[in-house]
Amino acid sequence: MRIIVSLICGTIFGFGLYISGMIDPQKVLGFLDVWAIADGGWDPSLAFVMGGGLAVAIPIFQFAKNRTEAVCGGEMSLPTNRAITTKLVVGGLLFGTGWGLVGYCPGPALSALAFGHTETIIFVVAMIAGMGGARAIGLNK
Amino acid sequence: MENFTPVSALIGGGLIGLASGLYLLLNGRIAGISGILGGLLTPTKAGSAVFERLSFIIGLIAGPLILMTATEIEAQSVVTSSLPVIIVAGLLVGLGTTIGSGCTSGHGICGLSRFSLRSLVATLSFMAAGFVTVLVTRHLMGGM
Repeated sequence: MRIIVSLICGTIFGFGLYISGMIDPQKVLGFLDVWAIADGGWDPSLAFVMGGGLAVAIPIFQFAKNRTEAVCGGEMSLPTNRAITTKLVVGGLLFGTGWGLVGYCPGPALSALAFGHTETIIFVVAMIAGMGGARAIGLNK
Repeated sequence: MENFTPVSALIGGGLIGLASGLYLLLNGRIAGISGILGGLLTPTKAGSAVFERLSFIIGLIAGPLILMTATEIEAQSVVTSSLPVIIVAGLLVGLGTTIGSGCTSGHGICGLSRFSLRSLVATLSFMAAGFVTVLVTRHLMGGM
């Protein structure tokens, strides 16, 4: 049952990335280019994606986080780490730099594999190599 | 702002929020894509739930495939960067999300929905770096 739920949630997530246009790095870069506000070339769509996402997710999360057990059984595995560390910020800055270079973050990069473009495949392989390398030396701890 | 698509952005965002909320409510897990993918790389850990992770990722790819074959809804995914930039960017995204314990979904959608200050700091960090990177590549270096 948990596996079917994962498949359905992944598919809905993929629908969302496709419909919102976030599957296209050019849409994402169009948002990150806030410097284009001056000449009217800025695309604020990503902010509306976040807004729509939070509007739906916040009530569900606030309801779900007080549960002791998931609906399909098993524990609620919510993050317990609240520490604001240099590592958190450095990781965010490195990720944001890579995100700003091409316009892919992990979700859209995986979803965009549906188009079968070579560039997307190369990006995903490099991303997995980065994750594997970082985990191999314990940076995920 | 000729590229601005507020309606599809809100609808698509709502679906992303719905998927994240359902995943937490039903399976008790955070729908953080970097965490779901990264966890597959070190599957020896107890509770790493390989098949749950794999099926979520299969769904992520199946969703767009379904829409592009069964509906009239169109989308594209255009990468204009050169090969070395694509590789460096991929490595940075993989490394950064691992060090920073999350990405746009885990910190941005799920973390902010839990009102996590830690995730807010992470989100502001990667947004800031994204803004600065685009400033440098598009406006100071004239496109990469």
